[in-house]
Amino acid sequence: MTPSATVTATAPAPAARAALLMLADGRFPAGGHAHSGGGEAAVTAGLIHDPASLAAFCRGRLHTSGLVAAALAAAATTGLDPLLLDAAADARTPSPVLRATARKLGRQLMRAARAAWPAAELDRLAAARPRGAHQPIVLGVTARAAGLTPLDAAHVAAYESVTGPTTAAVRLLGLDPFSVGAVLARLAPELDAVAERAALAAVRAATEGLQALPAASAPLLDIHAEQHAAWPVRLFAS
Amino acid sequence: MTAAVAGGLRAGGVRAAARITAVADGRGGTALPVLAGDGPFALRRTRATGRGAQVTVIGAMSAPLGGDRLELSAEVGAGAELTVTSAAATISLPGTSGEPATYDVRLDVGEDAVLRWLPEQVIAAAGSDLRMTTRVELAADARLVYRDEQVLGRAGERPGRLTTRLTVHRAGEPLLDQELSFGPGIPGWDGPAVLYRYRAVGQLLVVSPDFGDEPPTAAILAADPDSGQAVSTPLAGPAVLVTAVAPDALCLRRLLDTAIRTVMPNGDGSGAHHPKTAAAGRVSVAG
Repeated sequence: MTPSATVTATAPAPAARAALLMLADGRFPAGGHAHSGGGEAAVTAGLIHDPASLAAFCRGRLHTSGLVAAALAAAATTGLDPLLLDAAADARTPSPVLRATARKLGRQLMRAARAAWPAAELDRLAAARPRGAHQPIVLGVTARAAGLTPLDAAHVAAYESVTGPTTAAVRLLGLDPFSVGAVLARLAPELDAVAERAALAAVRAATEGLQALPAASAPLLDIHAEQHAAWPVRLFAS
Repeated sequence: MTAAVAGGLRAGGVRAAARITAVADGRGGTALPVLAGDGPFALRRTRATGRGAQVTVIGAMSAPLGGDRLELSAEVGAGAELTVTSAAATISLPGTSGEPATYDVRLDVGEDAVLRWLPEQVIAAAGSDLRMTTRVELAADARLVYRDEQVLGRAGERPGRLTTRLTVHRAGEPLLDQELSFGPGIPGWDGPAVLYRYRAVGQLLVVSPDFGDEPPTAAILAADPDSGQAVSTPLAGPAVLVTAVAPDALCLRRLLDTAIRTVMPNGDGSGAHHPKTAAAGRVSVAG
C-alpha cells in the first residue's frame, strides 16, 4: 500500500472531523454541563480537594464507567442492535439514579443529534425509547449518522467521563483552571488507551456477543450517586 | 484434580472442577444427586434449616495459587432449594509461576427453584493475581440470594490483584453485569471514584419474582465514612443489589447482614424462601 493510499484509507469521511469536535464540545446542546459525573458528591465528601485528588478521581472514573460508556458507544457505532446495547447498559448500571441520568442525557443528546444529523436510525431509536436510551448508545448511533468511526465515539465517551468532574471541580472548589487543564492533559494517554480498548471490545462484541463488552464498576461512584440524589440542594444534577 | 501435588509443590498449577447438582426429590425436599468435589474443593452436605439442602465448601488445600485453574458449578433444578456456604475465607496467594489464577463459578437456577449462595470472603493476599468470573443463569421465576465479598490483603499488607466479574441473566436477558478490579497495575482503583481507602468491598444480590415490577426504592443503608457505606438499589428487573464498602471484612459483613433484612421481599431477613417452605425455617445469612 502506498503512503497516499494509507492516508486515503484512514482519512475521515467528509465533515466527520468537524462532527467529532462538535460532539465533544461542551457547548453542543446535549445537556452535559449540568452533570458533574459524581464530582460534586466526591467534593462534598472531601475526597476531591486539589488537583492530585481530582486526577485520582478522574483516573478511576475513566477506567470504570468511562471505559464501559466508551465500549457501548463504539458498539452502537458499529451497528450492533441499540436496544440490546441499551439492556446491556442497564445491567452495567445498578444505580437507578445513574440509569435515570444516562437516559435523561440520552434523550437530550437525541434531540440535538436529530437536528444536526438527521437519520432514520436515530428516529427508530427515539421511537423505541421515548424516555431516552442510555446516553452512550445514542452517542454511538449519532456517530454513525455523522460518519464517525467506533473509535471516534469511544474517544468522545471517554473524554466526557472526565470533563464533567473537572469542570465541577473548578466551579465547586475554585481550583485553578490551568492546573485542571494540566490534569486532563496528563490523563490524555490513558484516555487514548481506554478509547482503543473500548473500540476493540466493540469489534469482539460483534462476533462473541455483548459479554465481550467491559463491565468495569466503581462502588463509590454508585454509592455516592445515591447519596447525592438524596440531597435537598445541589449544584449539579448528578 | 489433574496436577501433580508432590512435597507441597504444585508444578503447573492445580486444575479442578467441582460440581453440585440439586433436584427436587418429589416429596417436597431437595436431593443432591451430584456432589463432586475436586482439588481444593471438598463438598459436604450440612444441616439445612429449611426443607432445602445445604452444602458447605471446605478448602482441602491452599488455593487459589498463581497458575491454578479452578471451576465450581451448582445447578438447582426446577422446584429445588439449595444453600451453599463455605467453611473459611478463600485466600488468593501468589504462585511460583507468576501466572494469574482463574476461578470460574457457574450457577444455574431453574423454574421455581431457590439458590442461596453465601460463601465466605475472597482475600487478595499481597503478590497474588486472581481472575474470578461468576456467571448466573436464572429461570424467570427462580429466586436467588447471592453474596460476594472481597478483602484487599490480609491484615496490614498491601492487596494483591483481583478482577472479579459477576454476570447475571434472568430468562436469558441481562440483569446485572459488574466487574471490579483492584491491586497493583489496576489504574485508579484506590482513588476516590472506586475504593479509596476502603479495604473490603462486597455486594448482595436478591432476585425474586415477588418483587414484581416494583422492587423497593433505593435506600442509603450506611453512610459513615469510618465504619463503611452501603446502598441498596433496585435493578432494571425484579432484583435489588446492595453495594457496600468498609474498612475491614468484619464491618463489611455487618453491613451486609443488616442489609439482607432490609431488602428481602418478605422483610424478615430469612433469605429467599421457596413459597411452599416460607414458614419452614429461618435461615440466617451470617454463615
